[in-house]
Amino acid sequence: MSQRLRELFEERRAAGQPMFIPYVTAGYPRPEDCVPILLAMEAGGADVIEIGVPFSDPLADGATVQHANEVALAQGITYRDCCRFVKEARARGLRAPVLFMGYYNPMLALGDDEAARIAAEAGADGFIIVDLPPEEAGSFLEACHKYDLSFVPLVAPTTTDARIAQLAAVADAFLYCVSVTGVTGQRGSLADDLPSFIARIREHTSLPLAVGFGVSTRAHVEAVWKLADAAVIGSAIISTIDAAEENRRAERIREFVEDVSGH
Amino acid sequence: MTATPAFSPRFGDFGGRYIPETLVRAHEELEAAYLAARDDPEFQRELADLNRHYVGRPTPLYFAERLTNECGGARIWLKREDLTHTGAHKINNAVGQALLAKRLGKPRIIAETGAGQHGVATATVCAMMGFECAIYMGTEDIQRQSLNVFRMKILGAEVIPVDAGSKTLKDAINEAMRDWVTNVRTTHYLIGTVIGPHPFPTMVRDFQSVIGREARAQMLEQAGKLPDVAVACVGGGSNAMGLFYPFLDDPVRFIGAEAGGSGVATGKHSATLVAGRPGVLHGTKTYLLQDAAGQILETHSISAGLDYPGVGPEHAWMKTTERAEYVAVDDAQALEAFQALSRSEGIIPALESSHAVYQGMQVAKTLPRDQDVLINLSGRGDKDMHTVAAAFGVTL
Repeated sequence: MSQRLRELFEERRAAGQPMFIPYVTAGYPRPEDCVPILLAMEAGGADVIEIGVPFSDPLADGATVQHANEVALAQGITYRDCCRFVKEARARGLRAPVLFMGYYNPMLALGDDEAARIAAEAGADGFIIVDLPPEEAGSFLEACHKYDLSFVPLVAPTTTDARIAQLAAVADAFLYCVSVTGVTGQRGSLADDLPSFIARIREHTSLPLAVGFGVSTRAHVEAVWKLADAAVIGSAIISTIDAAEENRRAERIREFVEDVSGH
Repeated sequence: MTATPAFSPRFGDFGGRYIPETLVRAHEELEAAYLAARDDPEFQRELADLNRHYVGRPTPLYFAERLTNECGGARIWLKREDLTHTGAHKINNAVGQALLAKRLGKPRIIAETGAGQHGVATATVCAMMGFECAIYMGTEDIQRQSLNVFRMKILGAEVIPVDAGSKTLKDAINEAMRDWVTNVRTTHYLIGTVIGPHPFPTMVRDFQSVIGREARAQMLEQAGKLPDVAVACVGGGSNAMGLFYPFLDDPVRFIGAEAGGSGVATGKHSATLVAGRPGVLHGTKTYLLQDAAGQILETHSISAGLDYPGVGPEHAWMKTTERAEYVAVDDAQALEAFQALSRSEGIIPALESSHAVYQGMQVAKTLPRDQDVLINLSGRGDKDMHTVAAAFGVTL
């Protein structure tokens, strides 16, 4: 468990301050953009940062993040590179907790222990692994515990009540709530059943909740904050990068994060 | 040697359920529905009835006498799955899962397809049972299997082109999974082979085991003994598992023929068990063709149905326990067997099945005449005419 991550969520909740979590695919659009973008996210008001670990087969991601994965992989970005980016960002002053988000195989290819060890050594705080439910995470969870990293379970609208309690029992910092029954990507509005979904989770746990998938605007973020502790934006970050001039990507990300987080 | 547990999420260290949380409930429901159906005489009666009157089972076991004489060794027997309705073994699983989808009350079925055989089988049962049907297919495969694409459309299915990645089976599965993540409440994903999260590898194996059950009884009746060797091609591995499984506790040697493509040494192949290593893809832990960083590699085979970088987890288990052997048969060798069987027996095999025919012929040559080699002829070759013509430099 990452003490830093857990304490941050606790402090913010105690202070009644909602949190903002941006996501970026590591190495998108170029490897040298990653560290400046991470620093710009923090400067813009990011409380926690998710770094997408590129994978060849991102089956829970929509077109935007799929494309970002392809571009990153075409430049040879590996999970070790993701750790290197975090290490460099920490050396340049990044303080926000960092979570790796992605799929299991790139970590498994290194081995659970080594994957966790280099993440901890780089200064990362934990993992959100889309295709690693707790039932399959035994040795990976052990590695997370060994290196004081958090393992963040996901909860979906299709998750049963009984299972919510089981997932909460595995979580150490917060639960990641998938707001829609679907893949990542920008949508016009939040899911209609988001309030009842969050309420259903609240019946089973008092853990902090972050809401992601389909969150893309300031209005979405504000709506999420009425229900949960943190809002996550991913695809809209990628789109902001795409729209930015080549030499002003980090600056545009800082502005975007300022705008949507209001921090 | 212990048999695989009849219904376990894992085969040794392989298998499992590595899936997005959104799909967990659907898998639990599917598992429960399948277990209930498996033990329900009414379901089994319905399935047997469709297998007999719709699929055309039992399929013949054929003694390939001329091919045997040409090889000059062990007797060669062909299990004629090419004679099923739609022309390949895929229909066995499609019928079973569609019956299950009916029980689950899901009005829509999606599937992935490589060669198009599973897509056609799925579109066929959807037409017969009244399901809405969408088939995901890589654009590379759409181009080389245009006849099957047209068949699916005639059957009323929507064929959705997938232009991502290598534009083949793997990418079609990714896209079908995305559809399922989005529409899971109304949709059943009819996976076409023994891959994917639990319970798919076990369930598909069970539906395909009709092949081996029939073949076992037919060998005893027609040859008076069990085969010494059973050979099948392995892409995902469903026809192979269907053939092997009922012989699991018999002294029968299993050989799986993987697609060697341009040759394993060239890197342009789909020989997952021969050249891969364990990892997690499409919801299961199994052998994969992947790079050192855990990224899945693009594959190649002349046969679209074998063009996949993973393999069923039970095959991975059979490899590590040495219950089965897996070898690579390259494109040229498959074409050689394609011609040999066509000319010696008047049977045009699918390019996928041609890999098994080649390996079966090689093994037969090394064995005495009183031994028996059973080859699963998993599909017929009509669909491959354009590919074969192109390989021989003929314009149709």
